Amino acid sequence: MTIKELWHRLGSPRWFYQMMGPWGTGLGVAAALLLITGTLWGLIIAPPDYQQGNSFRIIYVHVPTALVCQSAYIMMGVAGFLFLVWRMKLADMVVKVTVPFGMVMTALGLFTGSVWGAPTWGTWWEWDARTTSMLVLLFLYFGLYALRQAIPRAESAGRACALLALVGVINIPIIKYSVDWWLTLHQPATFTLTEAPSMPAEMWLPLLVNVIGVYCLMGAVVISSLRTEILRRECNTSWVREELMGEPA
Amino acid sequence: MNPKRKSRLFTVIFLLTGATVAVALMLVAANEDLNVFYPPEAVVGGEAPINVNIRAGGMVKDGSVMRTGEELDVQFELTDYKGSEFKVFYSGILPDLFREGQGVLVHGQLEESGGFRATRVLAKHDENYMPPELAGLHEGQKE
Repeated sequence: MTIKELWHRLGSPRWFYQMMGPWGTGLGVAAALLLITGTLWGLIIAPPDYQQGNSFRIIYVHVPTALVCQSAYIMMGVAGFLFLVWRMKLADMVVKVTVPFGMVMTALGLFTGSVWGAPTWGTWWEWDARTTSMLVLLFLYFGLYALRQAIPRAESAGRACALLALVGVINIPIIKYSVDWWLTLHQPATFTLTEAPSMPAEMWLPLLVNVIGVYCLMGAVVISSLRTEILRRECNTSWVREELMGEPA
Repeated sequence: MNPKRKSRLFTVIFLLTGATVAVALMLVAANEDLNVFYPPEAVVGGEAPINVNIRAGGMVKDGSVMRTGEELDVQFELTDYKGSEFKVFYSGILPDLFREGQGVLVHGQLEESGGFRATRVLAKHDENYMPPELAGLHEGQKE
């Protein structure tokens, strides 16, 4: 299949609904297996840290959630761009269904960071550049959720949300580089793509498993809620009736 | 690409660029103010205001931690290892991670004498993690 064909097919919610069912299930199963493995491994088998003891183990929830909520936002921004320019229906649905997932993950990232900060830093919260920009991310998710509810006409709501999603992407590099650009309480990244991690393999392997797991979870949640959204929006079409009732079109 | 999409594409790119530039300018303008603490250089150099609640930070200088008296009074020096250092006076419970050579952040007021009277001390954790066997610090380990 060429890219152009794929592009045209993605414009068709029906094709997506019919093709992606097994993907949603597959990713969901993979996510469950990976997250259970990674979490048990991280919480029970991995060694404690030499300074923080066992409280460092919150990293196995904190880092995956804090990563995936930013990736989810970037995905939403790209979808918003596609919807604004090409008016692709599926892209609008992606912007809509990613919001709850991203919101939960951001909240979880902030919460676990706070719980870790209390014993390690000696405070639940400090207004440094990293924590504040993550809070802004959470509010962007809240805003996207509220904006869609606030505008009654679905198409206008879609455009407004797409624009907010796209412009909000500016916050992502700010989150990423906040610890390098400014003096913060939050430490710089332990993991980069270019250098060896400042952590031994027995500690970062379970983390890697959880990171892959949480990305599978994002795939599973987005695909299954997209399929539901497709059915909702296309409920008056003959293919949906055929799909659900088994009636011939 | 049809002309309608093309014009939408330009509008979107224009809006995005505009917003990016605006945010970038704001951040550049606010640059220093976005630091969560004054580094030792700013404290010693007189950039940090006196007798106002501020946050300062630095590394705890080796051998500088002194318990004064029987209470929780403690004094230590914060350094950037580049020649700037200042004394901190604090009375209270120090965080678990507080030790010499560790980065800390102190809330409080800078006095005219150049000393810093802290009301809170926070430990700044670095990006390194390792098991106790590697660090050879079994005794410091709480299980």
